[in-house]
Amino acid sequence: MKEAIKLKVNGLEQTIDTTPDTPLLYVLRNNLALNGPKFGCGLGQCGACMVLFNGKSVPSCQIPASAAANAEIVTLEGLADEAGQLHPVQQSFIDEQAAQCGYCTNGMIIASVSLLEENANPTDEEIRNKLQTNICRCGVHSRVIRAIKKAASL
Amino acid sequence: MQNLKTSRRTFIKSAGFISIGFTMFGSSCIQRSDATESEKISNNAVDASRVDAWLQILENGKVKILTGKMELGQGVKTAIMQVAAEELNTDLSLIEIHVAETGITPNEGYTAGSRSIETSAMSVRKAAAYTREKLIALASKELEVEQNALTLKDATISGGHKQISLFELLKGKQLTEKVGEPKTIFAKTERKVVGKPIPRKDIADIVQAKLHFIHDLRFEEMVHARIIRPTTYTSKLVSVDENLVKKEEGFKKLIKVGSFLGVIAEEEFQAIKMAKTIKENAQWENPDTLPANTPLKELIQFLPADTETDTASGDWESSIQQAKVQHKASYFKPYIMHAANGPSCAIALFKEGKLHIWTHSQGVYPLRSTLSSLLEMSEDNIHIQGVPGSGCYGHNAADDVAAEAAILAMHYPDKHVRLQWMREEENSWEPFGTAMLMQLEAGLDENGRIQGWKYDLWSDGHSTRPGRNTENLLPARYMDKGYKRPASGFRGGATRNAEPYYEITNMQLQSHIFTGPLRRSALRGLGAYANIFAIECFIDELAEKANIEPVDFRTMHLKDARALYCLQKLKTNTRNVKTAENEGLGFAFSRYKNSASYCGVAAHVFVDRKNGAVKVKKMWAVIDSGETINPDGLKNQTEGGMIQSASWALKEAVKFDENHITSIDWASYPIFRYNDAPETEVEVIDRVDQPPLGAGEAAQGPATAAIVNAINKATGIRIRELPVNQVLLKQS
Repeated sequence: MKEAIKLKVNGLEQTIDTTPDTPLLYVLRNNLALNGPKFGCGLGQCGACMVLFNGKSVPSCQIPASAAANAEIVTLEGLADEAGQLHPVQQSFIDEQAAQCGYCTNGMIIASVSLLEENANPTDEEIRNKLQTNICRCGVHSRVIRAIKKAASL
Repeated sequence: MQNLKTSRRTFIKSAGFISIGFTMFGSSCIQRSDATESEKISNNAVDASRVDAWLQILENGKVKILTGKMELGQGVKTAIMQVAAEELNTDLSLIEIHVAETGITPNEGYTAGSRSIETSAMSVRKAAAYTREKLIALASKELEVEQNALTLKDATISGGHKQISLFELLKGKQLTEKVGEPKTIFAKTERKVVGKPIPRKDIADIVQAKLHFIHDLRFEEMVHARIIRPTTYTSKLVSVDENLVKKEEGFKKLIKVGSFLGVIAEEEFQAIKMAKTIKENAQWENPDTLPANTPLKELIQFLPADTETDTASGDWESSIQQAKVQHKASYFKPYIMHAANGPSCAIALFKEGKLHIWTHSQGVYPLRSTLSSLLEMSEDNIHIQGVPGSGCYGHNAADDVAAEAAILAMHYPDKHVRLQWMREEENSWEPFGTAMLMQLEAGLDENGRIQGWKYDLWSDGHSTRPGRNTENLLPARYMDKGYKRPASGFRGGATRNAEPYYEITNMQLQSHIFTGPLRRSALRGLGAYANIFAIECFIDELAEKANIEPVDFRTMHLKDARALYCLQKLKTNTRNVKTAENEGLGFAFSRYKNSASYCGVAAHVFVDRKNGAVKVKKMWAVIDSGETINPDGLKNQTEGGMIQSASWALKEAVKFDENHITSIDWASYPIFRYNDAPETEVEVIDRVDQPPLGAGEAAQGPATAAIVNAINKATGIRIRELPVNQVLLKQS
């Protein structure tokens, strides 16, 4: 049975009508029409669906909508500031052209933002460890590492 | 703080052919077109010999470029726009591009084989250069100014204190004549835009979550579907109970066509749950099993095969027999998967007798012709639009999911039906890159020169793209229409790069094409990947027998100056590499297809002898793709190619049991992750005077061979089977 669930996404409070077991990923994509989080595996193995959940990067496919009530959720759409200025990580991904097909980009940016919040100046190894969950099939790993280091220096 | 209540979706409707989205968060996901649906289907065949097939002048002052190729993340849109911008001397911001769509863009077959620059970009170049010359001639008459006083810049022609936009000059018409031979190609003379690392605009869109992927297309009242997969490739549906889901909230329809089974629901997660319930209860008859208990390497050698002698020159047999040194080795590569990060997706709408499909297929026209036969409807009533998907590196399930969405939509008309495969389906039902076995034999003279060469190759056919055969579309065989499992695919794909690029007089090459147990189709490089792996490792083995440095052994057997230069550069770029204990530096080279890009790769590896784990520390590539259109795009492709190839070499093999594939997720089919990925360095040799050459698949073969050769340098152990077996590298 559907119920009304209150969510706070990208600073906006929303009430969503959905079954409580619906993963947050589908609510964000289909009820809220957000493009950022992507379905990759539904198993928490690939990172494509990552969102910031109370500031930490987590796979949104593993969180039932009911467990997301009252959390602060930020998606790729919510990273730019109110004036439209991109987050330094977004800008660095553009500057370094750190994508090919770009399907994994959402998760990698979200994980990187989370990393830089915890650690403003990560080493290569710390970057690799943080992004270890994020699958990329095109092989843009070395570019993404460059982009994160650049964002850290901004 | 705003407090918005959205019970479901909020939609904005635009006139005519709609589509929709909403912009609550400032990010637009609106997909719209002002044309009406019937107008949208233009089934006039696009005449690719005409200028307006490739280039159209728009009222808004911009120029629209049309290509039959698809953006796959390889940056082809940007490269083609650069080519057009150069010839039209027009800023890139004034160039638009329209990718693969039936009835709209030229039919360029498949986006495959690293051919888009060689074909599509060169057609656009010619059309743009011709347009510039033709319109300057027209403007000269119109403005009464001599041609040589006129310049085309930013879609406007000016000179002699006069100017006219291209749109005004053409009075809203397009150039419909045949593309003639242009006198000047600016890319060869001016070269202001071509050859520059122009950033891809679509990367900026992706980074901002703007609409880019097919997965993000949303339409008014769109419904969601999932397929219920059988137990095995050849299962027949015995029974299914609709009552299990009929009363579920959001249930729309269970569609059964023979053994093809799909469910449609209002919401995506509802469809997922319903498909799971149905799958748990559906009964299948499973007449066949997979040969899971025979080692694949043995199995494929003894399957019935269609044998051909592809190359025979000189007397290879006595040349080997009489040589001072004889050597034999065989190499094996398992089935590997495309394993796109985003499972395949399509949207289909069947309305008023016409079928519309949105797909990330690499060939909208071949898909249309195949669907026409599968669905028994005229091509004129099928309209297919290409929209980018997740990186596929060949023929994955893109066409299958489009066909399935189409079947579902025809049984549930008037609504957009969105179908996305689940991870397990993507892994276990896509067509894989086939397993291959390569047997080599050679003889060397006293100077280490190759005297004779024999190569035997066992492979399935490599491409089972639609267009060749209706049975190539996965749902066909389940529809009870008499379609079966397709026979072997594209033979030529197996022998790609099977002939070495080295100077060898006495040689025989035989290919033995079998029909293997698993679905298979084109995967990045096709047979070239395993052939180059085998040849380039065997060359290192021969070099060792001859006691000659591997790079020198290669240069001894190469004549082509560009190949030699590539290897020389690679040697220079790696000359300061120091290898510690249990480390090695390996090299490999190939010219893709023996006619496209030259690519040399070096790999620096460390082998942990305690557990046999291989760490690829760094990889270098030197690539000569002739005239470079976008050096950063070429680097990105080459870096990614090396990392993907390293992942294939060290991690990947599709596993199966008697029923079906067991590599169903990222745990059971591991690929490279961040802790595995090497540092990369790519040098591009730009040859302005040469034609551009396909490059996207050039690194695959040499990258794996370089790693395997480096492992040999580090340990003295010769690996001949992929993926590299760690156990063999463990020091007891």
